[in-house]
Amino acid sequence: MARPRSSLGWGRIVTVTLAALVLSVLPLPGWLEPLRPDFVALTVLWFTLLSPRLTGLFYAWGAGLALDAFKGVLLGQHALALVVIAYVASKLRLQVRAFPPLQQTAVILALLWLNEFLVFWIDGVAGHEVTDWRRWLSVPVGAACWPLVTGLFARVVARR
Amino acid sequence: MTAHEPDSRPLLLGGPALGLRLIVLALMSAGLMVADHRQHSTARVRDWASAAVYPIQWAVQAPVQAWDAMRESFATRARIEADNVRLASDNLVLRLKLMRFESLEQENQRLRSARESTARVVERTLIAEIVRVDLDAFRQRVLVNKGTRDGVFRGQAALDANGIYGQVTRAGPVSAEIILITDSEHAIPVQVNRTGARTVAYGMGRSGLLSLPYLPQNSDVVAGDLLVSSGLGGVYPPGYPVGKVTNVLRDPGQPLLAVEAVPLAALDRDPEVLLAWFDNAVVEPGSGAEPEAPPVPAPQRVGR
Repeated sequence: MARPRSSLGWGRIVTVTLAALVLSVLPLPGWLEPLRPDFVALTVLWFTLLSPRLTGLFYAWGAGLALDAFKGVLLGQHALALVVIAYVASKLRLQVRAFPPLQQTAVILALLWLNEFLVFWIDGVAGHEVTDWRRWLSVPVGAACWPLVTGLFARVVARR
Repeated sequence: MTAHEPDSRPLLLGGPALGLRLIVLALMSAGLMVADHRQHSTARVRDWASAAVYPIQWAVQAPVQAWDAMRESFATRARIEADNVRLASDNLVLRLKLMRFESLEQENQRLRSARESTARVVERTLIAEIVRVDLDAFRQRVLVNKGTRDGVFRGQAALDANGIYGQVTRAGPVSAEIILITDSEHAIPVQVNRTGARTVAYGMGRSGLLSLPYLPQNSDVVAGDLLVSSGLGGVYPPGYPVGKVTNVLRDPGQPLLAVEAVPLAALDRDPEVLLAWFDNAVVEPGSGAEPEAPPVPAPQRVGR
Protein backbone atom coordinates (compact mmCIF):
# COMPACT_ATOMS: atom_id res chain seq x y z
CA MET A 1 0.00 0.00 0.00
CA ALA A 2 1.26 3.40 -0.91
CA ARG A 3 2.08 5.79 1.85
CA PRO A 4 -0.37 8.64 2.34
CA ARG A 5 2.11 11.25 1.20
CA SER A 6 2.57 9.66 -2.15
CA SER A 7 -1.03 8.65 -2.73
CA LEU A 8 -2.08 12.17 -3.67
CA GLY A 9 0.95 12.42 -5.82
CA TRP A 10 3.84 14.82 -6.00
CA GLY A 11 3.12 15.01 -9.70
CA ARG A 12 -0.11 16.83 -9.04
CA ILE A 13 1.46 19.18 -6.51
CA VAL A 14 4.25 20.08 -8.90
CA THR A 15 1.77 20.61 -11.74
CA VAL A 16 -0.42 22.91 -9.66
CA THR A 17 2.60 24.86 -8.44
CA LEU A 18 3.94 25.21 -11.96
CA ALA A 19 0.55 26.46 -13.11
CA ALA A 20 0.58 29.06 -10.34
CA LEU A 21 4.10 30.12 -11.34
CA VAL A 22 3.11 30.42 -14.98
CA LEU A 23 0.05 32.50 -14.04
CA SER A 24 2.27 34.85 -12.08
CA VAL A 25 4.35 35.79 -15.13
CA LEU A 26 1.73 35.37 -17.87
CA PRO A 27 1.66 38.52 -20.00
CA LEU A 28 -1.40 40.63 -19.19
CA PRO A 29 -2.62 43.92 -20.59
CA GLY A 30 -1.03 46.83 -18.73
CA TRP A 31 -4.05 47.98 -16.72
CA LEU A 32 -4.69 44.45 -15.46
CA GLU A 33 -1.13 43.85 -14.26
CA PRO A 34 -1.41 45.45 -10.79
CA LEU A 35 -4.56 43.41 -10.17
CA ARG A 36 -2.81 40.08 -10.62
CA PRO A 37 -3.22 38.10 -7.39
CA ASP A 38 -0.21 36.29 -5.96
CA PHE A 39 -1.14 32.85 -7.27
CA VAL A 40 1.82 31.12 -5.67
CA ALA A 41 0.93 32.49 -2.22
CA LEU A 42 -2.66 31.31 -2.68
CA THR A 43 -1.45 27.83 -3.67
CA VAL A 44 0.89 27.62 -0.70
CA LEU A 45 -1.89 28.78 1.64
CA TRP A 46 -4.32 26.24 0.25
CA PHE A 47 -1.90 23.37 0.71
CA THR A 48 -0.94 24.52 4.18
CA LEU A 49 -4.44 25.22 5.48
CA LEU A 50 -6.54 22.58 3.83
CA SER A 51 -4.14 19.86 2.85
CA PRO A 52 -1.19 20.15 5.22
CA ARG A 53 -0.29 16.51 4.92
CA LEU A 54 0.82 17.07 1.37
CA THR A 55 3.32 19.80 1.89
CA GLY A 56 5.24 21.56 4.56
CA LEU A 57 7.40 24.58 5.06
CA PHE A 58 9.99 23.16 2.70
CA TYR A 59 7.42 23.15 -0.05
CA ALA A 60 6.57 26.81 0.65
CA TRP A 61 10.27 27.63 0.55
CA GLY A 62 10.84 25.80 -2.72
CA ALA A 63 7.82 27.43 -4.34
CA GLY A 64 9.09 30.83 -3.17
CA LEU A 65 12.55 30.21 -4.62
CA ALA A 66 10.99 29.15 -7.91
CA LEU A 67 8.94 32.37 -7.94
CA ASP A 68 12.08 34.40 -7.27
CA ALA A 69 13.82 32.72 -10.18
CA PHE A 70 10.78 33.25 -12.43
CA LYS A 71 10.46 36.93 -11.67
CA GLY A 72 14.18 37.56 -11.54
CA VAL A 73 14.01 39.26 -8.15
CA LEU A 74 16.31 38.83 -5.17
CA LEU A 75 16.77 35.09 -4.65
CA GLY A 76 15.11 34.15 -1.35
CA GLN A 77 12.75 37.10 -1.12
CA HIS A 78 9.45 35.40 -1.86
CA ALA A 79 10.85 32.23 -0.29
CA LEU A 80 11.16 33.94 3.09
CA ALA A 81 7.73 35.60 2.85
CA LEU A 82 6.03 32.34 1.88
CA VAL A 83 7.75 30.35 4.61
CA VAL A 84 6.57 32.86 7.20
CA ILE A 85 2.94 32.84 6.03
CA ALA A 86 3.01 29.04 5.71
CA TYR A 87 4.22 28.88 9.32
CA VAL A 88 1.47 31.19 10.56
CA ALA A 89 -1.09 29.29 8.48
CA SER A 90 -0.08 25.92 9.89
CA LYS A 91 -0.31 27.33 13.40
CA LEU A 92 -3.82 28.63 12.72
CA ARG A 93 -4.82 25.68 10.58
CA LEU A 94 -7.32 23.97 12.87
CA GLN A 95 -9.20 27.16 13.73
CA VAL A 96 -9.26 28.44 10.18
CA ARG A 97 -10.60 25.19 8.76
CA ALA A 98 -13.60 25.49 11.04
CA PHE A 99 -14.30 29.08 10.03
CA PRO A 100 -17.19 29.98 7.74
CA PRO A 101 -16.02 31.00 4.27
CA LEU A 102 -16.20 34.75 4.85
CA GLN A 103 -14.13 34.60 8.01
CA GLN A 104 -11.67 32.28 6.28
CA THR A 105 -11.30 34.83 3.51
CA ALA A 106 -10.53 37.48 6.12
CA VAL A 107 -7.69 35.34 7.48
CA ILE A 108 -6.41 34.84 3.94
CA LEU A 109 -6.53 38.60 3.41
CA ALA A 110 -4.38 39.11 6.48
CA LEU A 111 -1.90 36.41 5.44
CA LEU A 112 -1.64 37.73 1.88
CA TRP A 113 -1.07 41.18 3.29
CA LEU A 114 1.70 39.81 5.52
CA ASN A 115 3.26 38.14 2.48
CA GLU A 116 3.13 41.35 0.42
CA PHE A 117 4.42 43.36 3.36
CA LEU A 118 7.43 41.07 3.81
CA VAL A 119 8.24 41.30 0.09
CA PHE A 120 7.85 45.10 0.27
CA TRP A 121 10.06 45.24 3.34
CA ILE A 122 12.81 43.14 1.79
CA ASP A 123 12.63 45.30 -1.35
CA GLY A 124 13.14 48.32 0.86
CA VAL A 125 16.08 46.81 2.72
CA ALA A 126 17.69 45.84 -0.59
CA GLY A 127 17.14 49.38 -1.87
CA HIS A 128 14.63 48.59 -4.62
CA GLU A 129 11.44 49.72 -2.93
CA VAL A 130 8.30 50.09 -5.02
CA THR A 131 6.16 52.69 -3.27
CA ASP A 132 3.34 52.66 -5.82
CA TRP A 133 0.11 52.18 -3.83
CA ARG A 134 -1.24 49.87 -6.51
CA ARG A 135 1.12 47.11 -5.38
CA TRP A 136 -1.27 46.47 -2.48
CA LEU A 137 -4.18 45.84 -4.86
CA SER A 138 -3.07 42.25 -5.35
CA VAL A 139 -3.90 41.52 -1.70
CA PRO A 140 -7.70 42.11 -1.76
CA VAL A 141 -7.88 40.61 -5.27
CA GLY A 142 -6.10 37.50 -4.00
CA ALA A 143 -8.43 37.23 -1.01
CA ALA A 144 -11.43 37.62 -3.33
CA CYS A 145 -10.06 34.70 -5.36
CA TRP A 146 -9.85 32.46 -2.27
CA PRO A 147 -13.34 30.89 -2.50
CA LEU A 148 -12.61 30.17 -6.15
CA VAL A 149 -9.26 28.60 -5.28
CA THR A 150 -10.73 26.33 -2.60
CA GLY A 151 -13.53 25.21 -4.92
CA LEU A 152 -11.19 24.56 -7.80
CA PHE A 153 -8.45 22.87 -5.81
CA ALA A 154 -10.85 20.64 -3.95
CA ARG A 155 -11.99 19.31 -7.31
CA VAL A 156 -8.71 19.21 -9.17
CA VAL A 157 -6.00 18.52 -6.63
CA ALA A 158 -7.55 16.49 -3.84
CA ARG A 159 -9.65 14.24 -6.06
CA ARG A 160 -8.57 10.67 -6.06
CA MET B 1 -13.76 20.64 2.25
CA THR B 2 -11.36 18.02 1.09
CA ALA B 3 -11.29 14.35 1.77
CA HIS B 4 -8.21 12.80 3.27
CA GLU B 5 -7.24 9.22 3.58
CA PRO B 6 -6.58 7.81 7.01
CA ASP B 7 -3.12 8.63 8.13
CA SER B 8 -1.10 7.46 11.08
CA ARG B 9 0.85 10.67 11.40
CA PRO B 10 -0.14 13.07 14.19
CA LEU B 11 -3.11 15.29 13.45
CA LEU B 12 -1.61 18.28 15.19
CA LEU B 13 1.30 19.56 13.22
CA GLY B 14 3.61 22.03 14.76
CA GLY B 15 5.48 22.07 18.00
CA PRO B 16 9.16 22.75 18.21
CA ALA B 17 9.91 21.01 14.91
CA LEU B 18 7.82 23.51 12.96
CA GLY B 19 9.39 26.51 14.67
CA LEU B 20 12.84 25.09 14.10
CA ARG B 21 12.11 24.55 10.43
CA LEU B 22 10.88 28.13 10.15
CA ILE B 23 14.07 29.47 11.68
CA VAL B 24 16.31 27.29 9.51
CA LEU B 25 14.48 28.21 6.30
CA ALA B 26 14.31 31.90 7.21
CA LEU B 27 18.04 31.94 7.87
CA MET B 28 18.69 30.15 4.60
CA SER B 29 16.55 32.71 2.74
CA ALA B 30 18.31 35.58 4.45
CA GLY B 31 21.71 34.11 3.57
CA LEU B 32 20.69 33.64 -0.06
CA MET B 33 19.36 37.18 -0.28
CA VAL B 34 22.51 38.73 1.16
CA ALA B 35 24.72 36.68 -1.15
CA ASP B 36 22.51 37.42 -4.17
CA HIS B 37 22.35 41.11 -3.35
CA ARG B 38 26.13 41.34 -3.27
CA GLN B 39 26.16 39.60 -6.63
CA HIS B 40 29.08 37.29 -6.27
CA SER B 41 28.96 34.08 -4.34
CA THR B 42 25.56 32.95 -5.57
CA ALA B 43 26.16 34.07 -9.12
CA ARG B 44 26.41 30.41 -10.11
CA VAL B 45 23.16 29.53 -8.34
CA ARG B 46 21.45 32.47 -9.99
CA ASP B 47 22.77 31.42 -13.42
CA TRP B 48 21.59 27.92 -12.85
CA ALA B 49 18.16 29.08 -11.69
CA SER B 50 17.67 31.47 -14.58
CA ALA B 51 18.67 28.79 -17.07
CA ALA B 52 16.31 26.30 -15.41
CA VAL B 53 13.25 28.55 -15.56
CA TYR B 54 13.97 30.04 -18.98
CA PRO B 55 12.32 27.22 -20.99
CA ILE B 56 9.14 27.66 -18.96
CA GLN B 57 9.23 31.43 -19.28
CA TRP B 58 9.65 30.98 -23.01
CA ALA B 59 6.81 28.46 -23.17
CA VAL B 60 4.47 30.84 -21.33
CA GLN B 61 4.66 33.43 -24.06
CA ALA B 62 4.95 31.01 -26.98
CA PRO B 63 1.17 30.96 -27.65
CA VAL B 64 1.07 34.75 -27.66
CA GLN B 65 3.95 34.84 -30.07
CA ALA B 66 2.42 32.12 -32.24
CA TRP B 67 -0.82 34.09 -32.40
CA ASP B 68 1.06 37.18 -33.55
CA ALA B 69 2.98 35.18 -36.12
CA MET B 70 -0.27 33.70 -37.42
CA ARG B 71 -1.91 37.11 -37.69
CA GLU B 72 1.15 38.31 -39.51
CA SER B 73 1.02 35.49 -42.03
CA PHE B 74 -2.63 36.24 -42.75
CA ALA B 75 -1.94 39.93 -43.23
CA THR B 76 -3.71 41.29 -46.24
CA ARG B 77 -1.91 41.85 -49.49
CA ALA B 78 -2.92 45.52 -49.44
CA ARG B 79 -1.26 46.07 -46.10
CA ILE B 80 1.91 44.36 -47.18
CA GLU B 81 2.01 46.45 -50.33
CA ALA B 82 1.49 49.61 -48.32
CA ASP B 83 4.24 48.53 -45.94
CA ASN B 84 6.49 47.88 -48.88
CA VAL B 85 5.95 51.35 -50.35
CA ARG B 86 6.58 52.91 -46.96
CA LEU B 87 9.74 50.89 -46.37
CA ALA B 88 11.06 51.69 -49.84
CA SER B 89 10.61 55.41 -49.26
CA ASP B 90 12.10 55.10 -45.77
CA ASN B 91 15.05 53.34 -47.33
CA LEU B 92 15.55 56.14 -49.84
CA VAL B 93 15.53 58.78 -47.12
CA LEU B 94 17.95 56.76 -45.00
CA ARG B 95 20.29 56.25 -47.93
CA LEU B 96 20.34 59.98 -48.55
CA LYS B 97 21.13 60.56 -44.89
CA LEU B 98 23.81 57.91 -45.01
CA MET B 99 25.59 59.63 -47.87
CA ARG B 100 26.00 62.72 -45.76
CA PHE B 101 26.72 60.62 -42.69
CA GLU B 102 29.74 58.96 -44.25
CA SER B 103 31.46 62.20 -45.01
CA LEU B 104 30.55 63.50 -41.57
CA GLU B 105 31.98 60.40 -39.97
CA GLN B 106 35.23 60.85 -41.84
CA GLU B 107 35.40 64.43 -40.75
CA ASN B 108 34.56 63.49 -37.18
CA GLN B 109 37.33 60.91 -37.11
CA ARG B 110 39.82 63.42 -38.47
CA LEU B 111 38.86 65.94 -35.83
CA ARG B 112 38.98 63.32 -33.11
CA SER B 113 42.40 62.12 -34.15
CA ALA B 114 43.53 65.73 -34.07
CA ARG B 115 42.27 65.87 -30.47
CA GLU B 116 43.78 62.43 -29.80
CA SER B 117 40.52 60.99 -28.54
CA THR B 118 38.96 57.80 -29.74
CA ALA B 119 35.54 57.77 -31.28
CA ARG B 120 33.14 55.71 -29.24
CA VAL B 121 30.70 54.33 -31.72
CA VAL B 122 28.83 51.07 -31.66
CA GLU B 123 30.98 48.47 -33.36
CA ARG B 124 28.89 45.40 -33.13
CA THR B 125 25.28 44.66 -32.33
CA LEU B 126 23.32 41.56 -31.57
CA ILE B 127 19.57 41.26 -32.04
CA ALA B 128 17.84 39.86 -28.96
CA GLU B 129 14.20 38.91 -28.94
CA ILE B 130 12.08 40.03 -26.02
CA VAL B 131 10.48 37.17 -24.15
CA ARG B 132 7.03 38.44 -23.33
CA VAL B 133 6.57 37.62 -19.70
CA ASP B 134 5.57 40.10 -17.01
CA LEU B 135 8.46 40.09 -14.60
CA ASP B 136 7.03 42.74 -12.30
CA ALA B 137 4.12 45.10 -12.79
CA PHE B 138 5.95 47.93 -11.07
CA ARG B 139 9.34 47.62 -12.65
CA GLN B 140 10.16 48.30 -16.26
CA ARG B 141 12.22 45.23 -16.96
CA VAL B 142 12.17 42.74 -19.79
CA LEU B 143 13.67 39.35 -20.43
CA VAL B 144 15.55 38.71 -23.67
CA ASN B 145 16.61 35.47 -25.28
CA LYS B 146 20.37 36.11 -25.34
CA GLY B 147 22.76 35.51 -22.47
CA THR B 148 26.41 35.18 -21.55
CA ARG B 149 26.66 32.34 -24.06
CA ASP B 150 26.28 35.00 -26.77
CA GLY B 151 28.69 37.37 -25.05
CA VAL B 152 26.07 39.48 -23.28
CA PHE B 153 27.40 41.11 -20.13
CA ARG B 154 26.04 43.03 -17.18
CA GLY B 155 25.89 46.75 -17.89
CA GLN B 156 25.62 46.31 -21.64
CA ALA B 157 23.65 48.97 -23.53
CA ALA B 158 20.49 47.96 -25.39
CA LEU B 159 19.08 50.06 -28.24
CA ASP B 160 16.24 49.91 -30.67
CA ALA B 161 15.76 51.54 -34.07
CA ASN B 162 14.73 54.85 -32.53
CA GLY B 163 16.99 55.27 -29.56
CA ILE B 164 18.37 53.94 -26.33
CA TYR B 165 16.30 51.21 -24.72
CA GLY B 166 18.04 50.26 -21.49
CA GLN B 167 20.87 48.23 -20.06
CA VAL B 168 21.45 44.64 -19.04
CA THR B 169 21.05 44.18 -15.29
CA ARG B 170 21.49 40.46 -15.13
CA ALA B 171 23.01 38.15 -17.68
CA GLY B 172 22.24 34.47 -17.30
CA PRO B 173 23.65 31.77 -19.56
CA VAL B 174 20.74 31.79 -22.04
CA SER B 175 18.71 34.82 -21.06
CA ALA B 176 19.28 38.32 -19.77
CA GLU B 177 17.24 40.91 -17.97
CA ILE B 178 17.16 44.46 -19.31
CA ILE B 179 16.15 47.45 -17.24
CA LEU B 180 14.39 50.06 -19.38
CA ILE B 181 15.39 53.72 -19.23
CA THR B 182 11.93 54.47 -17.80
CA ASP B 183 12.35 52.23 -14.74
CA SER B 184 12.20 54.33 -11.60
CA GLU B 185 15.58 52.93 -10.52
CA HIS B 186 17.30 53.90 -13.74
CA ALA B 187 19.22 57.02 -14.59
CA ILE B 188 20.97 57.84 -17.84
CA PRO B 189 23.47 60.67 -18.41
CA VAL B 190 22.14 62.79 -21.26
CA GLN B 191 22.93 65.91 -23.17
CA VAL B 192 20.47 68.42 -24.63
CA ASN B 193 21.35 68.13 -28.30
CA ARG B 194 20.63 71.79 -29.12
CA THR B 195 22.73 73.35 -26.37
CA GLY B 196 25.05 70.60 -25.25
CA ALA B 197 23.93 70.97 -21.63
CA ARG B 198 24.60 67.79 -19.67
CA THR B 199 22.27 66.32 -17.12
CA VAL B 200 20.79 63.06 -15.94
CA ALA B 201 17.43 61.61 -17.00
CA TYR B 202 15.63 59.46 -14.45
CA GLY B 203 12.93 56.95 -15.27
CA MET B 204 9.47 57.65 -13.90
CA GLY B 205 8.15 54.10 -13.64
CA ARG B 206 4.77 53.08 -14.95
CA SER B 207 4.02 56.40 -16.63
CA GLY B 208 6.71 55.59 -19.19
CA LEU B 209 8.29 59.04 -19.02
CA LEU B 210 11.68 60.43 -18.13
CA SER B 211 12.34 63.20 -15.66
CA LEU B 212 15.26 65.63 -15.68
CA PRO B 213 15.37 67.00 -12.16
CA TYR B 214 18.79 68.68 -12.13
CA LEU B 215 18.45 71.53 -14.62
CA PRO B 216 18.76 74.98 -13.03
CA GLN B 217 16.10 77.65 -13.62
CA ASN B 218 18.25 79.57 -16.08
CA SER B 219 19.07 76.62 -18.32
CA ASP B 220 17.99 76.74 -21.92
CA VAL B 221 15.57 73.87 -22.40
CA VAL B 222 12.33 74.02 -24.35
CA ALA B 223 9.72 71.44 -25.22
CA GLY B 224 10.77 69.55 -28.34
CA ASP B 225 14.49 69.46 -27.51
CA LEU B 226 16.18 66.21 -28.37
CA LEU B 227 18.09 64.45 -25.60
CA VAL B 228 21.04 62.33 -26.61
CA SER B 229 23.23 60.10 -24.49
CA SER B 230 26.31 61.90 -23.28
CA GLY B 231 28.35 58.76 -22.87
CA LEU B 232 29.49 59.67 -19.38
CA GLY B 233 29.66 56.70 -17.11
CA GLY B 234 30.67 54.45 -19.96
CA VAL B 235 27.52 52.34 -20.10
CA TYR B 236 25.87 53.97 -23.09
CA PRO B 237 27.58 55.01 -26.31
CA PRO B 238 27.52 58.81 -26.69
CA GLY B 239 25.34 60.62 -29.18
CA TYR B 240 22.42 58.22 -29.43
CA PRO B 241 18.90 59.63 -29.09
CA VAL B 242 17.25 59.05 -25.72
CA GLY B 243 14.11 61.18 -25.64
CA LYS B 244 12.30 64.34 -26.53
CA VAL B 245 11.46 67.03 -23.98
CA THR B 246 7.69 67.34 -23.69
CA ASN B 247 7.14 69.61 -20.76
CA VAL B 248 9.22 72.26 -19.00
CA LEU B 249 7.75 73.61 -15.79
CA ARG B 250 9.38 76.84 -14.65
CA ASP B 251 8.31 77.48 -11.08
CA PRO B 252 10.14 80.59 -9.84
CA GLY B 253 9.85 79.35 -6.28
CA GLN B 254 11.97 76.32 -7.05
CA PRO B 255 15.71 76.34 -7.63
CA LEU B 256 15.46 73.72 -10.36
CA LEU B 257 13.27 73.15 -13.38
CA ALA B 258 10.81 70.27 -13.60
CA VAL B 259 11.43 68.79 -17.03
CA GLU B 260 9.69 65.79 -18.49
CA ALA B 261 10.69 63.88 -21.58
CA VAL B 262 9.23 61.02 -23.53
CA PRO B 263 11.62 58.24 -24.56
CA LEU B 264 12.13 57.79 -28.29
CA ALA B 265 12.62 54.03 -28.20
CA ALA B 266 9.34 52.12 -28.57
CA LEU B 267 9.75 50.68 -25.09
CA ASP B 268 6.45 48.86 -24.83
CA ARG B 269 6.07 47.77 -28.43
CA ASP B 270 9.45 46.43 -29.49
CA PRO B 271 9.56 42.74 -30.33
CA GLU B 272 13.35 42.85 -30.28
CA VAL B 273 16.24 45.02 -29.15
CA LEU B 274 19.83 45.51 -30.21
CA LEU B 275 22.55 44.77 -27.71
CA ALA B 276 25.54 46.96 -28.45
CA TRP B 277 29.28 46.56 -28.13
CA PHE B 278 31.34 49.68 -28.36
CA ASP B 279 34.78 50.82 -27.39
CA ASN B 280 34.26 52.41 -24.03
CA ALA B 281 37.89 52.48 -23.01
CA VAL B 282 37.90 56.27 -22.89
CA VAL B 283 36.23 57.78 -19.89
CA GLU B 284 35.96 61.51 -20.21
CA PRO B 285 37.63 63.48 -17.43
CA GLY B 286 35.32 64.69 -14.71
CA SER B 287 32.77 61.97 -15.21
CA GLY B 288 33.17 61.18 -11.54
CA ALA B 289 31.10 58.50 -9.92
CA GLU B 290 28.99 56.18 -11.98
CA PRO B 291 25.62 57.91 -12.28
CA GLU B 292 23.85 54.77 -13.39
CA ALA B 293 21.53 52.95 -11.10
CA PRO B 294 21.77 50.12 -10.24
CA PRO B 295 25.52 50.46 -9.74
CA VAL B 296 27.31 48.65 -12.49
CA PRO B 297 30.94 47.63 -12.26
CA ALA B 298 33.17 49.09 -14.94
CA PRO B 299 31.75 47.29 -17.95
CA GLN B 300 34.27 45.24 -19.77
CA ARG B 301 34.30 44.00 -23.29
CA VAL B 302 33.37 40.39 -23.59
CA GLY B 303 34.59 38.10 -26.34
CA ARG B 304 33.60 39.15 -29.80
